[in-house]
Amino acid sequence: MIDVYDPVYLVTILFFVLALERMSSPKTARSGIVYAGAAMLVATIATFFIPGMGNLWLIVLAAGIGGLVGFYAAKKVAMTDMPQMVAIYNGMGGGAAGAIAAVELLSNVGLTYGALSVAGAVIGSVSFSGSVIAFLKLQGWMRQRPITFPGQQPLNMTVLGATLVVGALTLVVAPSWALPLFFVLALGFGLLLTLPIGGADMPVVISLFNALTGIAVAMDGFALANYAMIIAGILVGAAGSMLTVLMARAMNRSIGNVLFGAFGAVEESGRPVEGALKPIEADDVAVMLAYASKVVIAPGYGMAVAQAQHKVKELSDLLEQKGVSVKFAIHPVAGRMPGHMNVLLAEAGIAYDKLFDRDEINPEFPSADVVLVIGANDVVNPAARRAGSPLQGMPILDVDQAKNVIILKRGQGKGFAGVENELFYKDNARMLYGDAQESVARLVAAVKKL
Amino acid sequence: MTADLYSALFIALLAAFLGYEVISRVPVLLHTPLMSGSNFVHGIVLVGAMFALGFATNLVEQVIGFLAVVMGAMNVTGGYVVTERILEMFDRSKKGAK
Repeated sequence: MIDVYDPVYLVTILFFVLALERMSSPKTARSGIVYAGAAMLVATIATFFIPGMGNLWLIVLAAGIGGLVGFYAAKKVAMTDMPQMVAIYNGMGGGAAGAIAAVELLSNVGLTYGALSVAGAVIGSVSFSGSVIAFLKLQGWMRQRPITFPGQQPLNMTVLGATLVVGALTLVVAPSWALPLFFVLALGFGLLLTLPIGGADMPVVISLFNALTGIAVAMDGFALANYAMIIAGILVGAAGSMLTVLMARAMNRSIGNVLFGAFGAVEESGRPVEGALKPIEADDVAVMLAYASKVVIAPGYGMAVAQAQHKVKELSDLLEQKGVSVKFAIHPVAGRMPGHMNVLLAEAGIAYDKLFDRDEINPEFPSADVVLVIGANDVVNPAARRAGSPLQGMPILDVDQAKNVIILKRGQGKGFAGVENELFYKDNARMLYGDAQESVARLVAAVKKL
Repeated sequence: MTADLYSALFIALLAAFLGYEVISRVPVLLHTPLMSGSNFVHGIVLVGAMFALGFATNLVEQVIGFLAVVMGAMNVTGGYVVTERILEMFDRSKKGAK
């Protein structure tokens, strides 16, 4: 019998790389993922033909269960809930990688391959339990605020140390109790690691776990001598690492600080800000908008929470009919995962060539007549430019340089960082209070009347 | 044995650089589909899970292998469907604009 699976895996990898390559443009991205999907399907079928494979019906049953659950859940999920969906699928991949490593370790592999399996097991298990916690937090089934307690960091480090020691023990001495304990410890570490991380830090965490699952898959690939798993795992590891660094940089924090800093837990008492908050009515804003020549909209996660994106699209269409140029300023951490805000706006039907990232849009703010800040806070806080602020050095959208800044906000609360927003007190800033969706609806109605 | 491991390491090294090059060309606009797409790509773990279950010889290995295949299959199908849905939306949002 000819070994069909190796050439199939080769072609699969080729299509995976092509799929990532085609993701360099929104025009080609979709076809790329369809090719990759077809390649994955063929690779799965080819795997049945590996000589010596048994338990075939069990495999079909398990793949059927997992496939159906994955398919229906992914079809049903709303775009706002996409981050937790990605987190949970990522966790499933990590769990699978950990389980594969467990089977390897049970069947007495040599020291080298055993060590690779131990590495795959630790990384995969951490990614699994960590992603599950991230899922629960994003889904709102668990409080999003960081969960902290005294001695947390020493405990985490102890658990990590114990995981590695017991992992080494399973390899060298292999007492029967060591393997289960090893997995309990590794899973526990992933859980403890994610508990103190707050909702707005999720873009970093999701990217990190994505990278970890990739690396765990690659480790298993080494242990199983499966090149397809090695390459695919490393590709994902590279993608995830890059996004992790980008996200952390967008918040001007190191990855270590995100993981161990429990940001947002401490209510930093910023210095009191001079001036007063100046409220404005929707009718007045509508006049400013309708007679502007250039409007920039800076959405934040608050807009998504209020489900205001469809109303925002209506407003931007209306303004464009009146000859106003409308652009969107997207901060990298505006959503709950990398690029999340772009997806939410695209879903509302806003053309993606109107979406601009921070570096593209910042030079345009001085020439903008009106900037609408919808449900964003820390990412537009000029305090980030001042030394000594807790936000110091965070790259922000320079909305304060526009002629007029209208901030749509529910009430007078602070942002996630707990820092007073100096933007709100500036002379060119006005506050439009209320639920974002209702406020934008009022703006739409008022502009229509003009 | 070691020669195999070394060639695997060489491949991994090259894959890391290839991944970095290809992925840095993905625009910020598509970072969410990139993330869920790479999520789908590591779904290749399913193949390893099938292998683990396929060669499982006792009940413990079978149970763990079964769980691995279930999770791997969820990873693959979920990752694919989510990515496809997101990219379809970008398709539509462009057409809607014209």
